[in-house]
Amino acid sequence: MLVVGLGHYLTVSAILLVLGVFGIFLNRKNVIVILMSVELILLAVNLNLVAFSAALNDLAGQVFAMFVLTVAAAEAAIGLAILVTYFRNRGSIQVEDVNLMKG
Amino acid sequence: MIAALAFYVFAAILIGSAAMVVSARNPVHSVLFLILAFFNAAALFLLAGAEFLAMILVIVYVGAVAVLFLFVVMMLDVDFAALRGGFQRYLPVGLMVGLVLLIELGLVLSGWKFLPEAASIRFAPGVSNVSNTAQLGRLIYTDYVFLFQSAGLVLLVAMIGAIVLTLRDKGDSRRQVIARQIARDPNHTMVMMNLASHVGTKDLGYLRPTETEPEEAGDMPEQDHHEHAAQDVARGGHH
Repeated sequence: MLVVGLGHYLTVSAILLVLGVFGIFLNRKNVIVILMSVELILLAVNLNLVAFSAALNDLAGQVFAMFVLTVAAAEAAIGLAILVTYFRNRGSIQVEDVNLMKG
Repeated sequence: MIAALAFYVFAAILIGSAAMVVSARNPVHSVLFLILAFFNAAALFLLAGAEFLAMILVIVYVGAVAVLFLFVVMMLDVDFAALRGGFQRYLPVGLMVGLVLLIELGLVLSGWKFLPEAASIRFAPGVSNVSNTAQLGRLIYTDYVFLFQSAGLVLLVAMIGAIVLTLRDKGDSRRQVIARQIARDPNHTMVMMNLASHVGTKDLGYLRPTETEPEEAGDMPEQDHHEHAAQDVARGGHH
């Protein structure tokens, strides 16, 4: 089913996931890039699901990947909406400034 | 052979653009590299035979999500240079965590294999002579219809949430107050009178709504209209 081995797909998605985690650490002040890193992580998950789906010839993985895509799109929309609202209120999107709730 | 070569090219571009997403100085460049990463991931999906997901990725992610990111990045007037501070400080710990994660994932990748009975417990085995999109359609409208509906619900909630969060009401929008419209009575706005010929209505004054609503600026043209109507009546009476 796959043109290359399943291991190649898994390696690519593992590197993608690590890059996403690395991006969260690297851009700890910039919420927008953190959101983009989360998108990368979810893309890695989808790549895994699709690769296993193709390797096992089981479409359930692709159905699941579709729902992951749905949730990721909803997450991006809500995250950016919160970001815009927060910027309107505080004039800044620095992660360190987000201490209104003193959590 | 060509397909394998294409896989390596797309995978290399995907990883390179993902690295640029997290390390670019300008967030606009980050978004553009994210778009490139989505395109290459879609190509990898195509190579794995998941045509429908590849198209969804291009249409929804490149067409909607990434453009949404681009809008937000360009709309917010943020000093992104200030947000770059601490880049060097977080680099070592980020590298360390990333390296540990990569090593762990490598250990997982190297030492596993499918169970021999894995092929017999498939949820939805693919059919060879039906296209991927048709197979997915058959699945999500039958076996996974409740998941499909709940995904729609998730999107609805996200849409309502985004609108509620970002809708800014300055208080000067003129809304329709349905209760007031329904409660309107002909007696409030209309006076029936029996006019004698050649008398007119001048001494009665202008006809106005009996309930004055000063908070609504929208009543003004209506009052003008009433005045004109009354004048017309008066003029008609004088003829």
